[in-house]
Amino acid sequence: MAYSEKVIDHYENPRNVGALDKNSEDVGTGLVGAPACGDVMKLQIKVENGIITDAKFKTFGCGSAIASSSLVTEWVKGMSVDKAMELKNSMIAEELNLPPVKIHCSVLAEDAIKAAIADYKKKKESKGA
Amino acid sequence: MAVKVPIFMDNHSTTPVDPRVLDAMLPYFREDFGNAASRNHVFGWKAEKAVELAREQVGALIGCSAKEIVWTSGATESINLALKGAAEFYKEKGNHFITGQTEHKATLDTCKRLEKLGCEVTYLPVDKDGVIMPIQVSEAIKPNTVMVALMAANNEIGTVHPVNEIGAAIKAKKKDVLFFVDAVQAAGKVPFDVNEAKCDVAAVSAHKIYGPKGVGALYVRRKPRVRLVEQIDGGGHERGMRSGTLNVPGIVGFGKAAELSRTEMVEEAAQLTKLRNRLLDYLQSNLKEVHINGSWEHRLPGNLNVSFAYVEGEGLMMALKDVAVSSGSACTSASLEPSYVLRALGVGEEMAHSSIRFGIGRFNTEEEIDYVGRHVVEAVNRLREMSPLWEMVQEGVDLKSIQWAAEH
Repeated sequence: MAYSEKVIDHYENPRNVGALDKNSEDVGTGLVGAPACGDVMKLQIKVENGIITDAKFKTFGCGSAIASSSLVTEWVKGMSVDKAMELKNSMIAEELNLPPVKIHCSVLAEDAIKAAIADYKKKKESKGA
Repeated sequence: MAVKVPIFMDNHSTTPVDPRVLDAMLPYFREDFGNAASRNHVFGWKAEKAVELAREQVGALIGCSAKEIVWTSGATESINLALKGAAEFYKEKGNHFITGQTEHKATLDTCKRLEKLGCEVTYLPVDKDGVIMPIQVSEAIKPNTVMVALMAANNEIGTVHPVNEIGAAIKAKKKDVLFFVDAVQAAGKVPFDVNEAKCDVAAVSAHKIYGPKGVGALYVRRKPRVRLVEQIDGGGHERGMRSGTLNVPGIVGFGKAAELSRTEMVEEAAQLTKLRNRLLDYLQSNLKEVHINGSWEHRLPGNLNVSFAYVEGEGLMMALKDVAVSSGSACTSASLEPSYVLRALGVGEEMAHSSIRFGIGRFNTEEEIDYVGRHVVEAVNRLREMSPLWEMVQEGVDLKSIQWAAEH
């Protein structure tokens, strides 16, 4: 099975690899997947005034998993949190031309951004309360 | 010296045809194209003579007589014939088969078919090195056991099984239980002799020993005579066990490949062991947490199966785009399950996902080993830098303390 050019591009030149300060209240962290399943994604967002101003990721997984998380960080930068919540795995799969066997990589990337947003919101709420 | 890429280091999956083998085959595509079953003209006689020479050569590789070799289309067919043929012929005697959990799919899937047909199959577990002990086999034998089917060496982890001791244990327990050995990975790589293993049936394949694809053989013992019901009908070739026109060029190539492997095995094993150890030394001295899968002591010379912790196998292979290796990662299979062989050894799923199999072969050079070593180290370092698991471990987090999502 050959990889699509976009997967190869993201794999070879991953965007936004790294980490944000997970203790900062502006930062939401999502950690999804499991080592036993062969895929773990950590996706972090930094939010200012409801807008995602920065995003970083680290992924343990195959090329498609790395590409899916890289793509999501690229997409969400500059996006509002509400808009980012609307990201669907099918959009990722379509953009990267993922074959059926790799769809779960895009599902995981969707889960990761949602988890990061949920973490950010939880921090905000606990601070507000 | 510049290394020519891509580098093939997946010699358990297949091997390139040795030029000496190809040279032996070519005349049988051109002028000597006859059908070995044509008994009445010179074309047929020449083909038959070539096939009989190959029978001697393949027989010599595994220590049997030429008359005990049945040609097939490959090891998968050989294995199917051995198991299904015995199940059918000996059905009055029993319906129990014994095999191992780390066998090749050709054996496991055939056993599953036998179960559907009403047979009973025992799947023996292996120890952490992937080894099956003789006592496990003899204890599994029952009054209705027809056959024990085990491999001499494993295709993924290279573990070499004590087939001679297993054969002795089987025959000591119950003489009429047949012993079938899948010698596909072992023949030509490590010593294997059908009489020393006391085996009755054995499968071998040409393309694993620098011969052509599409040709295999099944050794079927003559004294005492082992009977198998043919699975392909049509003319009664090969002592009635396998009909069909013989693949003469392929068989000639198999014969030549067997002869080369037999005469060069000792030298080649030493060379492959040297290259294999050189690669491991380099990886272990430049990377942390490189774990060897399978037995180090009882291992095929060209096999190196290791897990690079915190890096996923397919992701790693993608970085090694100039190097052909294989991985036990689920991502390389359609099933999304990591290698059943590594799982049977008790290797954790996360380590199974991180495994890479290097299959070093006759044509690999020291320069290639060094190139592969350098690129693997580079890629593992890069991928660890982007691995959340590596980051957590560096921060002192115990990965087992994390509540991971349970679903795949």
